Amino acid sequence: MNATSAEQASAPVTEDALRSVLAGERPSRPGPVLTSLTFGWRALLKIKHVPEQLVDVTMFPIMFTLMFTYLFGGALAGSTQEYLQFLLPGILVQANVMITMNTGITLNTDIQKGVFDRFRSLPVWRPSPLVGALLGDLVRYSIGSAIVIMLGLVLGFRPEGGAVGVVLSVALLLVFSFCLSWLWTMLSLILRTPNSVAGVSMMVMFPLTFVSNIFVDPKTMPGWLQAVVEVNPITHLATVVRGLMHGSVPAGEIGWVLVSSVLLVAVFGPITMVLYRNKK
Amino acid sequence: MGKLAIETRGLKKSFGTTHAVAGVDLAVSAGGVYGVLGPNGAGKTTTIRMLATLLRPDAGEAQVLGYDVVRDAQAVRSRVGLTGQFASVDEDLTGVENLLLLARLLGYSRRRGRERATDLLDAFGLAEAADRQVKKYSGGMRRRIDIAASLVVTPELIFLDEPTTGLDPRSRNQVWEIVRGMVAEGATVLLTTQYLDEADQLADRIAVIDHGKVIAEGSSGQLKASFGAGSLHVRLRSPEQRAEAERVLATALEVQVEPSADPVALSARISDPERVARSLAELSRGGIDVTEFALGQPSLDEVFLALTGHAPEETPEEDAA
Repeated sequence: MNATSAEQASAPVTEDALRSVLAGERPSRPGPVLTSLTFGWRALLKIKHVPEQLVDVTMFPIMFTLMFTYLFGGALAGSTQEYLQFLLPGILVQANVMITMNTGITLNTDIQKGVFDRFRSLPVWRPSPLVGALLGDLVRYSIGSAIVIMLGLVLGFRPEGGAVGVVLSVALLLVFSFCLSWLWTMLSLILRTPNSVAGVSMMVMFPLTFVSNIFVDPKTMPGWLQAVVEVNPITHLATVVRGLMHGSVPAGEIGWVLVSSVLLVAVFGPITMVLYRNKK
Repeated sequence: MGKLAIETRGLKKSFGTTHAVAGVDLAVSAGGVYGVLGPNGAGKTTTIRMLATLLRPDAGEAQVLGYDVVRDAQAVRSRVGLTGQFASVDEDLTGVENLLLLARLLGYSRRRGRERATDLLDAFGLAEAADRQVKKYSGGMRRRIDIAASLVVTPELIFLDEPTTGLDPRSRNQVWEIVRGMVAEGATVLLTTQYLDEADQLADRIAVIDHGKVIAEGSSGQLKASFGAGSLHVRLRSPEQRAEAERVLATALEVQVEPSADPVALSARISDPERVARSLAELSRGGIDVTEFALGQPSLDEVFLALTGHAPEETPEEDAA
């Protein structure tokens, strides 16, 4: 019949090709590490295809470093050079912590678009799409850190702790950022739109980074505020990064940072997974 | 009857005060296409999402390929493929990257995964678009990559949620060819649709679903038969003769005759096909010129109307999210 043959000509799918494709093998199921890394690879592919998304890890740290060094340097520390030695490790912390927000926004976008339905319907270790996304973000954090440090070096930042101190502090920063991201994954599963995730994240992020010792020495603050600054994990993180970069090893503070990292995952990880499992 | 691919009893799911699925019983045998037909918001997507383990039912039970969708969710996941109503591939990635990603997640080595991705793209006529980002695909190509993505590991059961919604007729035919091809290879397909002709064309059995409940179930023929033998459609030469023709037909057929929107057309549901020839003879004896007549099974539109008391209507889609 005419209609049928015309239809077949327009159909891109030939029966033979379909038959061979449907006779595919059934490979054994991969483990959690491999599936997480595979999702990490997806995050890298997205960076490759949408490089604009790196704006937050490039422009943002540059802007902040320049702004704060030259706006406040003279007033706060007498000279911009001196302030830079104090500020740069702090800016590094702030830049990284700020960039973690993007995790939640990206995840929420994924959910809205429906591609997460596909991932959730796969027989893989359940947290692997999230862990993979966070692993991909580690690359973003590393890029952001490298940019801040290089800019700092150009502007006159001289870390007394040398390369080892810098690398160690960045490593610790990545650990903390990875753990903090679970807060954003949780939010992204609760809130409906990427915009609301961004809004709420900002609301958390601004006090978290500003009410700390990133920009100024807390000694100038009123007592009650000092108490808040003292319990803010960002304060401890900034102290550690500052210490390591300038050649001291604040062991107690490192302990603080590691404990708060573990706590962040221990609290927000399971909540995230419950929300993820029961996502509508 | 073969073994059941899907069996549900009293499946329920509510979102707030909306009872999206209000007690669905299904028995889908293995092999062939099972159609779930209903208007927007009838609960089709919610049902499919529960069967594909994406949503936990509030009440009731569902077994897919013999595994409970709640207790043995991983076993279900490794045996079914899902093509959702919305984007189920990553738009930012290319076609081949999407399929390779899934192949790696499902256990293929890098090399075998790439071969598999290429084979699938070839089979679905997407070889040329392999290295293009999916967001640059046309609607029909999108659907094809969506379906290909469900077949990376050959599933025993494939869920297609409204696979042709929003497609042009040519792309729709292509999807139909794919579905027929998959079934010819022995796959079981559960397909939701709001198009009556799609269910009629593809499905071996159909469940009609409305307001979260199955209101009828059977083969397309059975659904139509339960509704009557069919309808007679007649077109006249002149509209002036329609009133007269209506009277003649009503007498000869002993049923009610409906004037159509078309001013020269009439249609009647018939109970006894034998009377049709006689009624046409009566028309000609009465000097009424008939230009065209057709005797057909009732359309699923008519079936839906008879089952629900209303035409397939759009209710707000609560299960879109």
